[in-house]
Amino acid sequence: MSAAGTVGAVAQVLLVAAGAPLLVGVMRQVRARLEGRAGAGVAQPWRDLRKLLRKEPIAPHGTGVLFRAAPLVLAGAALVAAGVVPLVTTASPLDGIADLFAVIALLALGTVFLALAGLDTATAFGGMGASREMVVLALVEPTILLSVFALSARVGSTNLGEIVTTTLHDPQLVVSPVSLLAAVALAIVTIAETGRIPVDNPSTHLELTMIHEAMVLEYAGPDLALVEWASAMRLTVLLGLFANLFAPWGIAGTSLLMLPVALLAFSAKVVVLGGALAAGEVFMAKLRMFRVPELLAGSFLMALLAVAASFFLAGP
Amino acid sequence: MTSDERRTTDIDAGALPERAAALLGRGDRLALTAAHHDPDALRVVYLFTGASPDRRTELQVRLDPGRPSLPSLAGLSFPAGRFEREMRDLYGIVPEDHPLPRRLVRHHHWPRGWYPMRADAGPPPEFGDPEGPYPFVTVEGPGVYEIPVGPVHAGMIGPGHFRFSVVGESILKLKARLWFVHRGLEKLFHGRLPGDALPIAERVSGDTTVGHALAFCMAVEDATGIEVSPGARRMRAMLLELERLYNHVTDLGALCNDVGYSIMNSQFGRIRESLLRLNAEVTGHRLLRGGVVLGGAALRTIPAPARLTAIAEDAAELARLALSHTVVADRFTGTAELPAEAARDLGTLGYVARASGLDTDARRDHPFTDLRPSLRVATRGTGDVLARFQVRAEEIAVSAALIGDLAYGMSPGVVTYWPPLAPPAAPVSGVGIVEGWRGTIVHRVELAPGGTLTRTKIVDPSFFNWPALPIALNGVIVPDFPLVNKSFNLSYAGNDL
Repeated sequence: MSAAGTVGAVAQVLLVAAGAPLLVGVMRQVRARLEGRAGAGVAQPWRDLRKLLRKEPIAPHGTGVLFRAAPLVLAGAALVAAGVVPLVTTASPLDGIADLFAVIALLALGTVFLALAGLDTATAFGGMGASREMVVLALVEPTILLSVFALSARVGSTNLGEIVTTTLHDPQLVVSPVSLLAAVALAIVTIAETGRIPVDNPSTHLELTMIHEAMVLEYAGPDLALVEWASAMRLTVLLGLFANLFAPWGIAGTSLLMLPVALLAFSAKVVVLGGALAAGEVFMAKLRMFRVPELLAGSFLMALLAVAASFFLAGP
Repeated sequence: MTSDERRTTDIDAGALPERAAALLGRGDRLALTAAHHDPDALRVVYLFTGASPDRRTELQVRLDPGRPSLPSLAGLSFPAGRFEREMRDLYGIVPEDHPLPRRLVRHHHWPRGWYPMRADAGPPPEFGDPEGPYPFVTVEGPGVYEIPVGPVHAGMIGPGHFRFSVVGESILKLKARLWFVHRGLEKLFHGRLPGDALPIAERVSGDTTVGHALAFCMAVEDATGIEVSPGARRMRAMLLELERLYNHVTDLGALCNDVGYSIMNSQFGRIRESLLRLNAEVTGHRLLRGGVVLGGAALRTIPAPARLTAIAEDAAELARLALSHTVVADRFTGTAELPAEAARDLGTLGYVARASGLDTDARRDHPFTDLRPSLRVATRGTGDVLARFQVRAEEIAVSAALIGDLAYGMSPGVVTYWPPLAPPAAPVSGVGIVEGWRGTIVHRVELAPGGTLTRTKIVDPSFFNWPALPIALNGVIVPDFPLVNKSFNLSYAGNDL
C-alpha cells in the first residue's frame, strides 16, 4: 500500500462520481449533434440531478424498506466498484479485493436490488421491467465473467490490477485473438448491461418497451436522482474497465506524479469510448425483444472462444 | 352536385333489417348513423355509401315516442352495432337483440337514465350513480397477468385505457377503453349558423383541420344547394393533400423513432417543419386553419410545385433509408398483421384498410373534383406495420404530384359562394364525404328553416379503425405495442366527440 495508491483510489472515486453525469451529457450531446439537433448541453444531466434533488422524497403506498434501500445500495455498489476497479491507479489499497468476481458481483448486486424494488412496487411495469432486466442480466453476467477470465488466464490471476499491469508491461498481449474476441464480447455486454441501443432505449417515453426504465418508473425526486446518478457511474466504470483491460496506458502505478496524467488519460479514454458508443447508436435501431438473447448468446460464444483460445494459444 | 345523388327513404323500423341487408349486400357500407331528437319523436338516419358510381342512400326511421327501440343491425354489420351502442348511450334508443349491449361512449359516472343528446337533457349533471359495473374480461390460465396502461399516457396523446392480458411477453388479449373526455362537440353545433360552427368543425381533431372542416362545409353546401366553383374545389383538394403530407411525414418519423432509430425522426421532423411553414404561407396557419371556408376556399399563396417535388423526393429517400436498415425492416415486417377479411368485416378505412389490401379511397369513390391521372390508390396485401409504412410513404409521392397538378393555373385569393341567395325555407339535410389523411370522414347536417344547424353528426375514420387494433395485436409481444399503435395512429379526439 502506498500513499500514491490511496490518493489515486480517492481521486478515481471522486472523478467517477463527478464525471459520470458529464459522460452521459457528452454522449447525449454527440447523439444530438449527429442527428442534427442542438442538444441540451453537456451539463444537462447534472442540472436534472439538481432539480430532482430539490424535490420532496415520495414513495408509492405499500412499498417497503426494499424500495427505499435500492437506490442507496445501487449507488453504494457503484461507488465501491469505482474505488476497486483499476481506473486511474493499479496500486489502490483496495487492490486485494479488486477481484474480477467481486466487481461483477458488486455490479450485479445493484441490479438485483433495483429489480427487487421494481417488484416491491407491485405495479405491472415494475414487474415487467424486473423480469426483462433479469433476463438480460442472466445472459450478460456469464459473458462478462468468461471474457475477463480469458484475459486473466494468461496472467494467472483474476485480480484486475494484475491483469492491467501485465498488459501494461506486455503490450503485444493486446493484439491477440484472445483479446480481440474478449473485447467484442465485452463491448456487447457493456451495451446490454448499461441499457443502450440496440438492447434498451434510455431515451424512450414508451413504458411498454422499457427494460431498465420500467423498473424505476415509480421513483421520484432524490431517489430517482440517486438511481440516475448510479446508472451513470456504472456506465463510466464499465467503460473505464473496458478501456483499461485493452488499453491501460496512462494508468498510474505507485508514482504520485503520474496521477494527474492518469486522471486525464482515463477521462479521455472514457469520453472517446462513450462518444463512439453514442455515435454508433445513431446508426442503430432497437432490436425486437426476442432477438436480444440471440445477440447476447453470440457475445457469450465469443467469450467462450476467447477462453478456449487463451489456453490453445498459450503454448507450451 | 351531390344532393340529387342522395336518396332518402322513410321506412318502418320493422323493414330496416331487410333494407339494410339489401344495401350491404350490393357492396355498400354503413358510413354514418345519426339519431335526432325531433320535437315529437326520436328519429334515426342510416347513411349507406357505395363506390363507382358514387351512391348515397339514406334510410330514415321514426321511432315510437313511448318506446324508442330499433331492431339491431349488429349481425349484418359490425360498425352498425357500434353506432347502435353510441345511440343508446347518447339518446337512450334501445337496439333490440344487440349481441353486446354494453355502454360504448358513455362515461362511467354519467347518471343512469341521463342521455346528453336528447333535447330535454339540460346542463350536465353532477357525476352520479353509475350504470353498473363493466368489468374487464379476465383471461384465466397459468402465468397470465394483466398490464393496465393509461388512461393518462406519457407523451402528448389523448386518454385511453388499455388492458393487456399477457403471458410472458405475448399479448393474449387487448381491451382498449376510450371515451374518457366526451366534449359534447356535436351538441355545440346545434343552434349555430354554419359560419359560426365552422371553427368548431376545424377543431374536431387537431391534426385533421381540413378534413373535418371540408366535410362539414360540403354537408352544409349539400343541404343549402350551393354549387362550389370548380376552381375552389381544386383549392380545397390541394389543402386536403397538404394536410395529408405533413401528417404522413410526421408519422413515418415517429414510426422510426419507436424502434429507436431517432435520427430518422429528426430528419422527418425537418421535412415536417418545412411543410408546416408552407402551410402557414398558404393559409396563414401552420395547421391549415382558415383555408376551407363555406362555399369555397381561401389561399394566400399557391405552393410552387417544384418545392413539393423536392420535399416528396426527400421523404421518399428517407423512407428508403429507413427500410434498408435491417433492424428497422425486421421490426416492421410481419408485425401486427391485420388480415384483409378482418379489415373488411370491421369496416376499416384509410391507410389501415389499404395496407390490408382493401382498395378504398373517397378521393376516387366519392370525388368532389377530378384528380386523375395523378391519383393512384396505394395498397399492400400484408397488413403489417411495414405495409402501413409503405402505403403512407407512397401516398406522400401521390399527394405531392396531386398538388403539382392542382396548382397549375391556380391563383390565390378567396373564392366563395356563401351565403346562399335565400336561406332554406324548409328543414334540409346534407352530407359531406372527404378522404382525410386518416381515412374517410363523413359529416351529416340538418338545418332548420332560416339556416341554423339542428343536428351535426361527425364520423371520424378512427371510429371504424379502433376495433382493428386489438385484432391486429393477436400474438404480438408487449414491447411492440407502441410501434403497432403508432402504425395505426388513431385519433382519440375524433373518436370521442
